[in-house]
Amino acid sequence: MYAYDEIDRTLINERVTEFRDQVGRRLSGELTEDEFKSLRLMNGVYLQLHAYMLRVAIPYGTLSSEQMRRLAHVARRYDRGYGHFTTRQNIQYNWIKLAELPDALADLAEVGIHAMQTSGNCTRNITADHWAGVAPGEIEDPRIWAELLRQYSTLHPEFSFLPRKFKFAITASDHDRAAIKVHDIGLRLHKNAQGETGFEVLVGGGLGRTPFIGKTIKPFVPGRDLLSYVEAILRVYNQYGRRDNIYKARIKILVHELGIEKFAQEVESEWLQMRDSALALDDAVVEEIRSRFTYPAYEKLPAMPDELKKAAHDPDFEAWRRNSVATHKVPGYAVVTISLKPVGGPPGDATAEQMEAVAALADKYSFGEIRVGHEQNLALPHVAKRDLPVLWRALDKNGLATPNVNLVTDIIACPGLDYCSLANARSIPIAQELTRRFANHDTANLIGRLHVNISGCINACGHHHVGHIGILGVEKNGEEFYQITIGGRADENATVGTLIGPSVPYGEVADVVEDIVEAYLALRARPDELFIDTVKRLGVEPFRERVYATR
Amino acid sequence: MTSPLQQKIKITGPSVVTANRTFDGVVIYRTAAKGWSTELSNAAIVRAADEARALLAESIADDVGAIGAYIAPVEIDESGEVSPGNLREHIRRQGVTIDLPVSA
Repeated sequence: MYAYDEIDRTLINERVTEFRDQVGRRLSGELTEDEFKSLRLMNGVYLQLHAYMLRVAIPYGTLSSEQMRRLAHVARRYDRGYGHFTTRQNIQYNWIKLAELPDALADLAEVGIHAMQTSGNCTRNITADHWAGVAPGEIEDPRIWAELLRQYSTLHPEFSFLPRKFKFAITASDHDRAAIKVHDIGLRLHKNAQGETGFEVLVGGGLGRTPFIGKTIKPFVPGRDLLSYVEAILRVYNQYGRRDNIYKARIKILVHELGIEKFAQEVESEWLQMRDSALALDDAVVEEIRSRFTYPAYEKLPAMPDELKKAAHDPDFEAWRRNSVATHKVPGYAVVTISLKPVGGPPGDATAEQMEAVAALADKYSFGEIRVGHEQNLALPHVAKRDLPVLWRALDKNGLATPNVNLVTDIIACPGLDYCSLANARSIPIAQELTRRFANHDTANLIGRLHVNISGCINACGHHHVGHIGILGVEKNGEEFYQITIGGRADENATVGTLIGPSVPYGEVADVVEDIVEAYLALRARPDELFIDTVKRLGVEPFRERVYATR
Repeated sequence: MTSPLQQKIKITGPSVVTANRTFDGVVIYRTAAKGWSTELSNAAIVRAADEARALLAESIADDVGAIGAYIAPVEIDESGEVSPGNLREHIRRQGVTIDLPVSA
């Protein structure tokens, strides 16, 4: 956990006071909506179909149990008793009243949570591998650098009005769980040939209307130079990024139009002028941030405790353990993913009671720490293996032990047309229907790892481009239709999926996904060939044939 | 951004002006009495572009009461009952099409 200092606390509290005044002036009519809109967006407040929506940041996906309880409190007191965890390590409340927003933000500020820069054309919430600090083989905890970037980018005067929003993601593992290749800047901590730690910097990734996989702009940037280098990128983007066309304003378009070599030259030239400026990082600054992260006092525990051996006889426990429990860097401990994808439920939603249950379980079994992943699930990062059976029972009691992590029903979905003012089609009911179709866990296990991502519009909040199966809602003559792509992935081998054919109506989407899955089961070379590998091996044609043979 | 009033207004059938209430974001409809109602049945119905433009203009002028006013199509059946003209407006009127998460 990171402990906020007085500067952070003052900043957050001052922002609440400022926003309270702005809301008051808006409600009195002193501020027009035109004047107020950019102010509310700077505080994560959108207007959706039915109400205001508040997007709250969970920097690098780390929450304390106290913070989770406060998220539950806000859900219960100011909203309708639940919240929606998003693909960017935020939580959204869908029914909040403008007049009550300052109180909600004040309550959050008491535990160091805020909504600053969760909207607007600025640097958004810095996201990270949600297993940071506990993943085996990690170079180092990437959250130290994420926190540094958070401090650097918060209220940055030069970059508060960029051509468009700007998203960072960071990982320190070979296996990318943070989707760094589909972010404006992706950072991968690694060691160079000399054994020094630094960053591979990727730029120009992104989804939305025009998806691009990020390109490596510099294979190795030492930690000392991280801030100056990203500032050089932001400066080049701020200068040349298009402000005349919102659809071409993201850095990915600039990188694409200039070409990565030319863009890199511009950045290099900018960087060389500032490399040794005040942005050059002093080791002491990094160490100060590092020292504010606290880690559990792990015990020496057996890798296979008796409790686990005994529970292994229970097939329900084993089904959950196989999908939800991952190896921890410390023997005797495990990382537990908590599925927020119950059969028939909206992906990523958690009730206030569930949030409180997770907080209590984190206190009891995970040193009070919780993580939020971009797949819209939660995780307990420090669970002693001996506690897994009792934790499983407690999660199950709260509807939080669906054994489907990474399976076909572990669906990423945006709020879609049920909530979102930008959406063309619904996402959640599609996800719900798919979870019912594949509710049988034996079938889901037989299918194996398969990521279905659903977006209700081209803005791609549901990351459909990088779903193994991607579903994009479009509107055709007033009806909801869905384009289906396959073969996308968001990991270290990130790829944009390929469209398999004409869009299909709402009522046929689940049938199409079933057809695709059946085709995969028939076509895979071996039972352990993953869906994504079968698509890579065979291309989309056999799937296209199967889906459209009878349509 | 272009103001809704500067945009060309084209309507192909009965329409209303809808917005969200500033205080809490609730969906509202402009009434013939120059007020707002949460009930579509109370909405002023317009059928021509000029009428629609005038209704939209007075709606937008109420910046304190409502935000994001725009013209939305409606359908009117033989009994005179008014219903939304597209799925988006159906969802705005009736709420989400899913059950909201509730405690176990």
